[in-house]
Formats: sequence, structure tokens, C-alpha cells
Amino acid sequence: MGELRLMKGNEVIAEAAIRAGADGYFGYPITPQSEIMETLMARKPWEETGMVVLQAESEVASINMVYGGAGCGKKVMTSSSSPGVSLMMEGVSYIAGAELPCLVVNIVRGGPGLGTIQPSQADYFQAVKGGGHGDYRLIVLAPNSVQEMNDHVALGFDLAFKYRNPAMILSDGVIGQMMEKVELSDFTPRLTEKEIIEKYGDWATTGKPRTRNQNVITSLELQSEIMEKRNQHLLKKYESMQQDVMYEEIMTEDAEYLFVAFGSSSRICQKAIEIAREKGIKVGLFRPITLYPFPTKQLKERGQKMKGILSVEMNAGQMIEDVKLAVECKVPVEWFGRFGGIIPSPQEIVDALEQKIIGG
Amino acid sequence: MAELDIKDIIREENLVYKKSTLLTDNVMHYCPGCTHGVVHKLVAEVIEEMGIQEQTVGVSPVGCSVFAYNYIDIDWSEAAHGRAPAVATAIKRLMPDKYVFTYQGDGDLASIGAAEILHACNRGEDIVVIFINNAIYGMTGGQMAPTTLVGMPTATCPYGRDISLNGYPLKMTELVAQLPGTCFVTRQSAQSAAAVRKCKKAIRKAFENQNKKKGTSFIEVVATCNSGWKMNPVKANEWMEKHMFPFYPLGDLKDCEKSPAEEYNKYMEE
Repeated sequence: MGELRLMKGNEVIAEAAIRAGADGYFGYPITPQSEIMETLMARKPWEETGMVVLQAESEVASINMVYGGAGCGKKVMTSSSSPGVSLMMEGVSYIAGAELPCLVVNIVRGGPGLGTIQPSQADYFQAVKGGGHGDYRLIVLAPNSVQEMNDHVALGFDLAFKYRNPAMILSDGVIGQMMEKVELSDFTPRLTEKEIIEKYGDWATTGKPRTRNQNVITSLELQSEIMEKRNQHLLKKYESMQQDVMYEEIMTEDAEYLFVAFGSSSRICQKAIEIAREKGIKVGLFRPITLYPFPTKQLKERGQKMKGILSVEMNAGQMIEDVKLAVECKVPVEWFGRFGGIIPSPQEIVDALEQKIIGG
Repeated sequence: MAELDIKDIIREENLVYKKSTLLTDNVMHYCPGCTHGVVHKLVAEVIEEMGIQEQTVGVSPVGCSVFAYNYIDIDWSEAAHGRAPAVATAIKRLMPDKYVFTYQGDGDLASIGAAEILHACNRGEDIVVIFINNAIYGMTGGQMAPTTLVGMPTATCPYGRDISLNGYPLKMTELVAQLPGTCFVTRQSAQSAAAVRKCKKAIRKAFENQNKKKGTSFIEVVATCNSGWKMNPVKANEWMEKHMFPFYPLGDLKDCEKSPAEEYNKYMEE
């Protein structure tokens, strides 16, 4: 059993990064995620593992530092919250285009604009559908506990390197600021320069010996025929990510109704299930853990057996589009959400189920 | 008189010049008369002469020199517009024994990337910055740059740069020379054999500064864009000497023996 601690979600991200053998963190302060960089700076991992931690001049610089570091075959990451992540979107698109692995953590706050510093899930579309320009996808992980904040750091890096693709942890201020018991991961040593050359020497900018061709990190291709092939290659890669779909089902075996929710909403849904079942309503929860790749097939299988589905989100209804696509609109799908930084109560969710699905 | 065979002339002992082995055989896309080709050559020569090909990573910009990686045979990272100093910062910090340089134009460095270059220089990143200033956006077709001279016509200021509308040309080199993080700040040109030799010496010095933990070395090369300026190469060089050099005077602005930290401590004592 690993080391047990009582920690905030944000602090765990920092600790997990050090333990995952991360080579670098580049970030810029923004509420509600500043504890990530603060924890790293206080921990001084450069003395322990050699990990570089740098406060950049902006989110724009942070993500481009991540681009540079990832291009060297290093395990690098950044973190921010919604407005800051918007600023990073150009860089994320370049990273996806150049097929570089990295981890971006978004502790989402309510928007649009400067919005609120309170929790929200309003960046679902940005994370899952694009955000930056061009056809690309992120691997998107949605932890719903402090434990998963820990687990998803190493998992995010693993998937990022497996697919040479940026991965994002899409969380929010609820999980980021909440303290829970967490079993920390064991330390994974950072790769040496030699190991990086062995593993990633065919693409990383580690310095060109006379004996190999130059490595160039770029997303630029002016010949449309070649660019289209590159797009096709990316498309194929995104499709292949289906094998790493993750989801969780709670009390779905005998269920007649289904909540679909991710991250902090899914935690509230668990309590809503208890309340509903006391009233005799047989409801279960389907929780996508990977928002991209979305568990479309698995949700179709479960969802089409239901009398109705309620997509519970802390936004104006974003994931509901993927839920409807998954069940091919063969059963009623409705949305319930609070937003602007408001967290729905379990009772509100049960009421919504009764009004919109059962009575609807 | 016996007939002289060309083979008698082309001999190892008669060689006075050869192309750097780090310059690839790719045909450059630059316009005839463009300064980029010369500066690329100098960078390749310096890297080869120092024997640091295997330790060097270049960061190319967005602009005419976006394809710099096609011509110099080292590892490159092609940065988003203006972000080369941020990209180089991470490469250098994660691989501190490498030689890392950015190669940027005036739109890239002085306009969209003004924040990144100032903060990289202010942190004293141990990198080399090569800044090609031809006072115009070449690749997009000759629009106004932050360094465009007052009165100089471009596609977006067809009647000449107007101070009341566009403000003043930005002297980036003077700006970064003020920062304690820079150790070597110089302004060069490459329009004549003598200028090319001086420019190469400056590039060599900048690369040699690396890994001495002295801070950032910044080389501006005042350059021509004869296509953008709508002049032939000879006229462009003359125009540059007559109009650019008085506003962007050549020479070293700063050459410190000490590291930024030592310089800063000295400043605080004063």
C-alpha cells in the first residue's frame, strides 16, 4: 500500500507529478488552481528529482514552454483554469499538430469571459471537441475524487506518450479545493538523457549526431496532399484511442433510469441515487472517466435499455450531445444543470429526474 | 604555353572557401538579395567550427525564416508566431548542456512575441537570440512591422508610416540591453564582406557565451527585404545604409564579463 495522506486535489496534482517522474512544469497563477505551482515551488523537486519548475510570464508562454520541452522527449506539463486554458489553445493545437506528448490540467471555473472563480464544467466542449484551431483531439480525463487526481497524472502522461498526443485532466474547483484521503503513487524515476534518446530518438530534439537525420518538431506542411495524409494519420490515431476508454457504472444492473455525469457532478449523482432509490425510483449512474475517447459504445449498450436518461452537468448542457449520439436518440435524454459556479444539490437532481424524465 | 586544366586549379591546397557541411543542399526559398541566406550561412559555420552540431537545438519562428530547419542540418523546434523564446527557455532548462538559439524576424520578435522575448531576456535565459530586422513583414507580403521606419511605405501603411496613426519604430535591442538578464547585446549587418565578417564574429561570441551562465546573448542583424521594399538588392543595401543605420546604429550595446546576478548585485550597491 502506498503512502496515505489527507490532501487537497490541487496539491495532489503537484505531488503526483513529482512522483510520476515529470521533467518539467511551466505555469502561470490563476484561481482556483494556484496551489499546484505553489506546492511544487515549496516542494523544490529540482533538488530531489531534478524536475524543472518555472513560473512563466503568461499562459501563452507556459504552453509554448511545454511545446519546447515535449519536443525534447521530456515529460512536461502545465496547469491553469478556464480563461488561462483559453489562452493556451493555440499552443495546444500546435502540440497536437506536431504530435507531442504532454499533460495539461484544467481546474475549470465558470464562464464565459472572466466569469467566476467558482467550480464549473463549462469547458467540456473546449476540452473534448477542440478549443484550438484545426482537426485535433485531446485525451481528456475527468477525475471525480482526490484519489483520481493522483491516479490521472501518471495515467495522463502514459496515454500522452502512448499516442504522442496532449492529454488533459478536466477537473474543477470542487475536486481541486476538496481535501480527501489519498493513496499516493510510488516514485517513478525520471528518464536519463540516454534513455530518452533510446526511446524517442527518432523524433525528439535531443541534438543531432552525424549518424542520424535531423529531428524537426513542426506542424507546418504547405503541400495539401501531404497535409491531408497527416490529417488522415491523426484521425486514425484518434479512432485507435477507443481501446483506452474508461467509465464507471453504479447501480445500473436493475436500473430503469440513468444519470450520466462526469467529475464532481457524478459525486453528487451518487447521493441523488440514494435519495431516489429510497423513493422507489430505480436509477443508476453512468460516469465517463475518459471524456475523449467517449465511452459511446458502452453507453449505447446500457442507455438503450433505460426508460430515460438525465445528463447532469455543471454547465448549460454540453455532454448531453454526446449522450444523445451514443444512444442514437432511441430513449428520452434530458439535461439538468446548474452553472455560474452553483453546485446542484442531490435533491435538485432527483426533482429534475422526476419532472423531466419520469413525469415528462 | 601548355593548356591549363581546370583540375589543376581545383585542388585541396588551393581551397580558400567551402560551404559549411551543416548547410543542406536544399534550394533556399529566399528572394535573391535577402539577408536570411547569409545569416543562415554564418550560423551554420559557427556551429560547425565550434563542433557543437550534436549539442545544438535551433528554434525557428513564423515568418520568412520559418523553414530555417530545411537549410541548417541540426535538430529544430518550429515555434508558434512570437513564442520562440518560450520554447527555447524550456529546451535550455531541460537540457542545460545544450546550445539553444532562436532565430526570429522583427514581426515575430518585436510585435507578437514582445512579451516572450522581454521575459526570456529578463530571466537571463542562457540562450542566443538572432533577430533579423528588415523593418517589414516579408512572408505575408510586405506589411508594416513594429520596426518600420517613420515615413517608410508598406502594404498596410501605403503612404508611409505615420506616427499619429502607427506610433514609433521599436528599438528592441536598446530595450533588451537595459535588462540585467542580457550579457551580450549587439547590432550587426551583413551587406558587405567586412560586415559579414563582423557579424559572424558576434554570432560566434554569442554561442561561446552559452553554458558560461552569463545570461542571454542578443544579436540584431539590420537586414534588407528587397522584395518587400520593392527595390533591387543593390538599391536595398544602399537604402538600408542611408535610412536604417542612422536609426538603428551598428555596434555592441552591451558586453558583460559578469553574470546577470553579479551585474544585478553591482547595480543594487550603486
